[in-house]
Amino acid sequence: MSTSAVGPPAPAPVEGARARRLTEWVFRIRELGIVVALGLLILVTAILEPRFIEADSLRNLALNASIFAILAAGQTLVIVTRNVDLSVGSVLGLSAYFAGDLLSSNPGLPLPVVFLLGMGLGAVCGLFNGILVTWGQVPALVVTLGTLYAFRGLAFLWTDGSQVNAETLPDAFLDLGTDSILGVPYLVLIALVVVLAVGQWLRDFRSGRELYAIGSNPDGARLAGVRSDRRVLTAFVAAGALAGLGGVLFTARFGTVDATAGVGYELTVIAAAVVGGVAIFGGTGSVYGAALGALLLGCITSSLIVLRVEAFWQQAAIGALLLIAVALDRFLGLRIDTALRRRSARRAG
Amino acid sequence: MLADAATSEPSAAPSAAPAAGATPGARVRGVLGRWEALLIGLLVITFVVGQGLSTEFLTADSFTTGSLDLSEVAIMALALALVIVAAEIDLSIASVLALSSAVMADLWNRGLPLELIMPICLVVGGLCGAFNGVLVTRLGLPSLAVTIGTLALFRGLAFVVIGDESVTDFPVSWTDRAFGNFAGTFVPNTMVLFAGLAVGFGVLLHFTPFGRSVFAIGANEEASYFSGLRVKRIKLILFVMAGIVAALAGIIISLRNSTAAANVGQGFELTAVTAVLLGGVSIFGGRGTIVGVILALLLLGGIQKALLLSESISSYWIQIVTGALLVGSVLGPNLARRVSETRRRRSSQSQHPEEGHP
Amino acid sequence: MMSEFPRALRALLAALALIAAFALAACGETKDDEEASGGGAASEEKTDATAEIKKGLKTVSIPKQLGNPYEEFEHSGVDEALSELGGSNKISGPTEASASSQISIINAAVQQKPDAIIIAGNDPDAVAPALKQAAKRGVKIVAMDSGVATDARSVFVNQIETALVGKSQVESIAKQIGNQGEIAILSATANATNQNSWIKVMKETLKDPKYKDIKLVKTAYGDDDDQKSFQETQGLISAYPNLKGIISPTTVGVSAAARYLSKSPQKGKVKLTGLGFPSQMSKFVKDGTVDEFQLWVPKDVGYLAGQVAANLASGKITGKEGEKFKAGRLGDYTIGVDGEVILGPLTTFDKANIDDFDF
Repeated sequence: MSTSAVGPPAPAPVEGARARRLTEWVFRIRELGIVVALGLLILVTAILEPRFIEADSLRNLALNASIFAILAAGQTLVIVTRNVDLSVGSVLGLSAYFAGDLLSSNPGLPLPVVFLLGMGLGAVCGLFNGILVTWGQVPALVVTLGTLYAFRGLAFLWTDGSQVNAETLPDAFLDLGTDSILGVPYLVLIALVVVLAVGQWLRDFRSGRELYAIGSNPDGARLAGVRSDRRVLTAFVAAGALAGLGGVLFTARFGTVDATAGVGYELTVIAAAVVGGVAIFGGTGSVYGAALGALLLGCITSSLIVLRVEAFWQQAAIGALLLIAVALDRFLGLRIDTALRRRSARRAG
Repeated sequence: MLADAATSEPSAAPSAAPAAGATPGARVRGVLGRWEALLIGLLVITFVVGQGLSTEFLTADSFTTGSLDLSEVAIMALALALVIVAAEIDLSIASVLALSSAVMADLWNRGLPLELIMPICLVVGGLCGAFNGVLVTRLGLPSLAVTIGTLALFRGLAFVVIGDESVTDFPVSWTDRAFGNFAGTFVPNTMVLFAGLAVGFGVLLHFTPFGRSVFAIGANEEASYFSGLRVKRIKLILFVMAGIVAALAGIIISLRNSTAAANVGQGFELTAVTAVLLGGVSIFGGRGTIVGVILALLLLGGIQKALLLSESISSYWIQIVTGALLVGSVLGPNLARRVSETRRRRSSQSQHPEEGHP
Repeated sequence: MMSEFPRALRALLAALALIAAFALAACGETKDDEEASGGGAASEEKTDATAEIKKGLKTVSIPKQLGNPYEEFEHSGVDEALSELGGSNKISGPTEASASSQISIINAAVQQKPDAIIIAGNDPDAVAPALKQAAKRGVKIVAMDSGVATDARSVFVNQIETALVGKSQVESIAKQIGNQGEIAILSATANATNQNSWIKVMKETLKDPKYKDIKLVKTAYGDDDDQKSFQETQGLISAYPNLKGIISPTTVGVSAAARYLSKSPQKGKVKLTGLGFPSQMSKFVKDGTVDEFQLWVPKDVGYLAGQVAANLASGKITGKEGEKFKAGRLGDYTIGVDGEVILGPLTTFDKANIDDFDF
């Protein structure tokens, strides 16, 4: 994709605006596509097994997808800048244990403080990643692969083989992970707020939109005056903070936490983002798409369970979906390129 | 990519051999190759520290069991190195290993003899590699995304094939061969196999036109394409080789542990990538040696063994050290380059003070 | 690049030379070990029941996985036994519950030349070759809790008679669901020896005519991982709306399932039993999620295994059926068929007695 997906309005040449509208249109189609897929899946499952759309079942579905949606939002920020963060699972694990440990030794600690501390720990991890990528100029794949190992090792060292038991955590905290208000689980509400906040930042704030510029054309962005290093660093810190938030919520939901919390999550999170339309090469995608992607993946899992299909098909299904999404994005990308080229050729000729 | 090749390590540039009276360090580097010299240095440190932590470290036993532990990662790293030199990546190798193990288990349950099962597993691995290769070359999809997808797909298929079951009753003659030693020495059979494959891949990469093409493609794909290299076909071959070797690794681990199942080899792809990058193969492609990869494997194995044997240091440090090594292997040269650039700039400024600042 | 290669090759040769040099130096050591242990192997044929327990015995105990509270309790018992007898134990375990990680640990442990290895196996056959190699070096092998292949160990310390666990668990759930309805099993990992032997007995027990109205619909695997067990429970409930009972013969599984059920509309309607810790389950017994569950004292299993290891290493027993030995504070034990030693009875916990225990 040669143009950034969302640009500033008005003083732009007419063809530029039209090109942008074309890409925005494709954007919407892409997200619409996931909604359609989601709808179809729920419909088919509901026909085969009506229990699926019972309130309880849908609630579970939303609950399971919430933490992944939050992580996917953070991952979107990083992928859009043409980077990747493989360490989110390990950061979640660190933060989850930190929160649990903190609360079980200090049950009187106010919950907002726990959340802030957990997110803070995640942000520090993200900062570490970001510095290595921007200042150290080490490719994000290498950095986050290394920190995936290193942070997990730290978690093991810290826990030293023990775990936090749900029995030692204050009820108020655990209720946050399982209870609902007006039928909607707290966890889902938190996820919605996060996705909205991050999504709007990416869309309406210049600092957010510049991430797209960096992803579609890093050199061009730098020449145009974008402080690439600072933006990318922010993206990593934000992704880390969101992973930290995910960790605290993880502890609230499951209660018992050990050093293996979040192992393997990075794969599901990246798959959710890519399925949701965030191109792995950067420059396009939205947080809403990523969140929908997380919901779709969660739905697949739940559908398979309810339909009593062997759980083994889940992983294969997720992999296949990821491949289809990547291929689809490539196809759409090529079509847009040709369309844009044809248009400017027509104008020139 | 071209810019990267130009600013690559001095050792790749035409022999800037140090003067005869240069420092011993420079002479070692000149003789052995900069990166490999560094790895040897780290190896020596590891040996010394390891022996200090446990007197059992520098024994034949350590080598036997330590190298056995890394057998599968080691052979997969060889094929992976070629893929990375071509500026691609394959994260699905451990899942192909698992699929191969699962197929082995399933076919064994159906009564097929091992002699027939093994070639079938290799073919399955080749097909998986071809699948990756076609998606990357024909559909033009980025290999990172593709192999993240196939990582999930292939392992998922492994579970579909054999479920939660595992097969543990392979004939003793084969399992003994898999974890046994070669001709009464302390060298495991799998290491002999690895040595053979290492020589094969080494010759392929460094001494054949095919290998030279792989370097060229990694350094500058467009130029290679225009100079007549069948880029797509070569990449496809690399992915197929990675798949076959991964399937072979699957057979070996199933026999070595007397267990064929779908959940084997979790995380092996990360260790293999670490070994390759640590071995001096650039993630951007176009640079690296098989020898470097072998040294990196030795280093990783040595560290792992030292920490396992140590009574005082927890084995949790293995992960932290591996992560640090991985990042350091790229960060180090970056920093070194920047330091030497600043030094060069400063010295040229002091030599020509009247030129002023650019 | 070709110009790099000759230098790189020289580097490799240098490295190999280094290794060869060290290996040759060390070679002598290994041979000496083998000779020494060869003598040891011969002497294990005869036992001397009147011999003293050797002082300064060193053992290594290998749990299924680190970080599992049950394993921690169990292996603390081994620590207790060894220090009581003037020896020492080192706990060395894998970070994930797999057999291949245990193999690496067995090999590393053997290099430290312990007198005995005590292991809770993740898979009965996968670890057998490594254990047999260890035995050849004169290391005594004791399996505990989750056994290994019979010819790979001298003694197997079983907490309860295998059949008793399976039967009692089925009886417990049957009683709670009125002898009719669908039930499911939430197990640990698919290969764990102890899980599979208990589940086998459970299925056999269910064939009894008095349980003819009970149907086992699924065996799910929580991998002894809290989150997975939690989610598997969720999956069981959504896939089987008529589910009446769940048996979870794993402390991780039963506590995760209880936690899920206590917050779900199925609380009290889907009955849960299993093998759990009083400390973890107390809350759920009191709030009505769980009526009763069972266990033994994990620490005693480890203690007994430690005593067995010490007796083996001192030549007082060899693992043959009928041999007797004294196991410290637990009293006298006799070795049973196939070298199996059974700790004792199963305890059932419920509202009445749950506060009497402190583990």
